[in-house]
Amino acid sequence: MTLASSPDLSKESEPLQPKGWLRYFSFSVDHKVIGLQYLICGFIFYLIGGALASAIRIELTSPISDFMPRDVYNQVLTLHGTIMIFLWIVPVVNGAFGNYLIPFYVGARDMAFPRLNAVAFWLIPPAGLMLISSYFITGAAESGWTAYPPLSINTPAAGQIIWILSVLLLGGSSIFGGINFIATILKLRRPGLGLMQLPMYCWAMLGTSILVVLSTPVLAGTLILLSFDIVAHTGFFNPVMGGNVIVYQHLFWFYSHPAVYIMVLPAFGLVSEILPVHCRKPLFGYTTMVYSIMAIVVLGLVVWAHHMFTSGTPPWMRLFFTIATSFIAVPTGIKFFNWVATLWGGRISLNSAILFSCGFIINFVLGGITGVALAQVPFDIHVHDTYFVVAHFHYIVYGGSVFVIFSSIYHWYPKFTGRMLNENLGRLHFLLTFVGFNLCFAPQHWLGLNGMPRRVAEYDPQFTFVNQLSSAGALLMAISTLPFLWNVFQSAFNGPIAGDNPWKALTPEWLTSSPPPVENWEGPAPLVKEPYGYGETPETLEVALDKDLELGGDEK
Amino acid sequence: MPLSSAIRSVLLGIVLVVAGLWIGQNIKLLPVDASTNAPVYDELFRVLFSIGAILFLGITGLVVFSLIKFRRKPGDTSDGIALEGNLSLEILWTAIPAIVVLFVGIYSYDIYDRMGGMLPLDHGGHNHQNMASEERIWGGISSGSIEKSGMVVNAPLPVEVTAMQFAFIFHYPKGDITSGELHVPTGQPISMRLESRDVIHAFWVPEFRLKQDVIPGQPTILSFTATKPGRYPIICAELCGPYHGGMRSAVIVDSPKAYEEWFKNNAKTPVSEL
Repeated sequence: MTLASSPDLSKESEPLQPKGWLRYFSFSVDHKVIGLQYLICGFIFYLIGGALASAIRIELTSPISDFMPRDVYNQVLTLHGTIMIFLWIVPVVNGAFGNYLIPFYVGARDMAFPRLNAVAFWLIPPAGLMLISSYFITGAAESGWTAYPPLSINTPAAGQIIWILSVLLLGGSSIFGGINFIATILKLRRPGLGLMQLPMYCWAMLGTSILVVLSTPVLAGTLILLSFDIVAHTGFFNPVMGGNVIVYQHLFWFYSHPAVYIMVLPAFGLVSEILPVHCRKPLFGYTTMVYSIMAIVVLGLVVWAHHMFTSGTPPWMRLFFTIATSFIAVPTGIKFFNWVATLWGGRISLNSAILFSCGFIINFVLGGITGVALAQVPFDIHVHDTYFVVAHFHYIVYGGSVFVIFSSIYHWYPKFTGRMLNENLGRLHFLLTFVGFNLCFAPQHWLGLNGMPRRVAEYDPQFTFVNQLSSAGALLMAISTLPFLWNVFQSAFNGPIAGDNPWKALTPEWLTSSPPPVENWEGPAPLVKEPYGYGETPETLEVALDKDLELGGDEK
Repeated sequence: MPLSSAIRSVLLGIVLVVAGLWIGQNIKLLPVDASTNAPVYDELFRVLFSIGAILFLGITGLVVFSLIKFRRKPGDTSDGIALEGNLSLEILWTAIPAIVVLFVGIYSYDIYDRMGGMLPLDHGGHNHQNMASEERIWGGISSGSIEKSGMVVNAPLPVEVTAMQFAFIFHYPKGDITSGELHVPTGQPISMRLESRDVIHAFWVPEFRLKQDVIPGQPTILSFTATKPGRYPIICAELCGPYHGGMRSAVIVDSPKAYEEWFKNNAKTPVSEL
C-alpha cells in the first residue's frame, strides 16, 4: 500500500458543525453525516409508504370498496408510489450509500461539492413533508404517480400542484446529487488510483448519475408544463385545448424508465461490494461488469416507449422498443452470471447481508424474466396496466433494490456505528421479508393474467381469495420490520463492539476506524489498487480445488 | 474427474431444459381463449414461460446450491478461489442470452405479425377492408384516424365505442342501436372506433387478450374476431378517477343466429333497409 498526501478539504467548515448526535440535524457538510441523514430520513418515509401499502392491501381483502372512500384510495396509491420511489429508494440507494461510500472509494476526504451536497439532502424533508401534509390539508394528488393528463388536469388542482412541486424539489435534489457524484468520481480520485481500479459501486454510481443528469431535467420540464395546464389553463397536454396527451407520456417515461435504472444500478453496485467480502473471493468479471453497467445506461435511455404499447403507438415504434428493451437482458444477465460465479467456490458466511443479497438475485431474476416478457408487444397488450405489471415492478424495486438496501445496512452498520447487529434477528428479518414478499407479489402475476387491472379499489369477486393471500404476505412484510427496527436500535447501544474491520474487507472504507473520523482517515488516504484481492493463491488451491473444475477447466 | 463434471453439467442442463419445456407446455394460468388472437397469444405465453422457467430454475438452483455447498464451515478462516474472471465463460454467458433474446424478439415479431400488428396504418380504410378479405387477425392497434377509413361496405361490423367517467357506451351505426353492453357474433370481424369524452380509459377484454387505451382527442380503431360464445368482462384498465374499479361492462358473444335475433329486436331503422 502506497501512501500519498491529500489536499486538506474541509478544515474551514469543520467548526460550523455541532458535535455528537446533533450533527445529524444540522446543515453538516460531512459526507458521512449526509449519507446517514439520507438513510434515516429515507427509512422514515419507507415506514410511511409501507403504512400506505398496508392500507391498500386492507382495502383489497374484500372485492368491494369498503375500507376507505374511493377518492382517498386513489390518493393513497398516488402517495404510496411517489413516496417509495422519490423519498425512499432513489435517495437511499443513491444519496445514502453514495454519499457515505464514494469519497472513501475514490480516496477523498469529502464529496466534490460539500455544500451542494447538504443542500441536496435538505431539499428532501420539506418536499416529503409538503407531499404528505397535502393529504391532510387540501387532499393529495389522486392521479397516480404517473400523473397522466387529462386526469391530472381534471382532478382537484391543489393536491396535484403540491405533488408537482414536491417532485420538482426531489428531482432537483437528485440532479444536485448526480452532478456531485460525477465530479467526485472523475475528479477527486486519489493520485495513483485508476478508473479500472475503482470498486464497482463507483461505476454503478457514475452510470446512474449520468442517467440522473440526462433524464431528470426532462421530467422537471414536463411537470412544469403540466402545472401550466392546471393553473394557467394552457393546452400542452389538454385535449380540450388541442393538446396531446401522448406527448406527456413520452416525456414522462423518458425520465421514468431511466428512473428504474436509477433505482437498480446502485443496488447492483452495492451487491458487487457485499458478495466478494462475505464469499472471500474476488468479484468475478470486473471488466465485463463495468461494460455491462455502461451498456445498461445507454440502452436504458432508449426503451421508454415500452410503457406505452397500448397508447396507440405505431408498429415501427413498438418493434424498435421491443428489441431495445429485450436487449437490456443481455448486460443484466452478464451481471447475474458474474455474481453467481462470485458465489461459486467461495467460503460463504451465511449472514444476513449475504442472505438478503442472494434473495435479491432470486427475486430480481424473476422480475427480469417477466420484464423481458412484458417487453414483447403482443404479450404486453394483454397484461399492461394489470396486477401482472404491479407484481413485475415490485419484484424489481422491492425484491431488487429494497433487499439490497437491507443487505447493505447489515453489511455497513458496523462501519456506521462501530457496533455489530444481531445476526439471528437479521436472519429472522430475512426469512419474514423473503416469505412475505413472495407471498404478497407472486400471486399478483396470476391476478393480472386473469383480469384484475391495477389501481382499483374493487374487483371481480372470483379474485377474493388470491387477494387475501397477497394481503397476508403484506402483513408478514409489515411484521418483518419489527425485528429489524429492534435490532438496529438495541445494537446501537448494546451491540458487540465491531472493531475497525469486522469483515476483513479490503475496500478503503474499512481501512479506518469505525465510525470513521471526520476526514475519513487519520493520515493519508490508503491506495487500494485491488479492492477485491481476496482468495487463496493458485498453489494453495490445488488441494482445495477438487470439484470446481467447471470454472477452472475452461481457462487452461 | 473433469470429464465427469462436464457430463454432469450437460445432463443437468438437459434435465433443466426438459423440465422448463414441460412446465411451459402444461401450465394453465390464462383465462379461456375467446378470440382468434387468443390462441396465438397463448402460444407466445407458453414459449416465454418455458424460457423463463429454465432461466429461473437454473439461476435459483445455482444460488441455493452455492449457498449450501460453499458455505463457510465453523472454524474455517480460509479464502475462496482467487478467480477474477474467465473470458470464455463470460463470452458464453453473453452470447447465449443474446441469442435467446434475439430469438424471443424475432418470434414475438412473428406473433405480432400474425395478430395483424404490422399492417401499415396510414391508409386506414383500405387496409381495413383488405384485412377482412385476407382474413388477417387484427389484434394490434391501429392509431389511424377513423376519418380516413371512409365508407366501408360489407366489411367488418363497425361499432362506435365511447368511454367516459365511468362507463362504456356502444353504438351500432347499422340499425342505430345504443347499448351499455357489447353484443358481437362469433366469426365476424368487429371494427371498433374508440373515443373518450374526458380522460384516458382503456378497453380490455382478458378473454380476447386485447387491450387498447381510449384516448381523448385521438380516435382509435381496434379490430377483433370473437370465437367462443359467452359473456366476458370489459374492464377499464387505465386509472380514470374514483370509480375506476367500477368501470366495467360486458361483451356478449353470440352465435351469428342469436346475434341476428338481438339485432332485429333492437334496431331502430327498419330491417329491410339494412
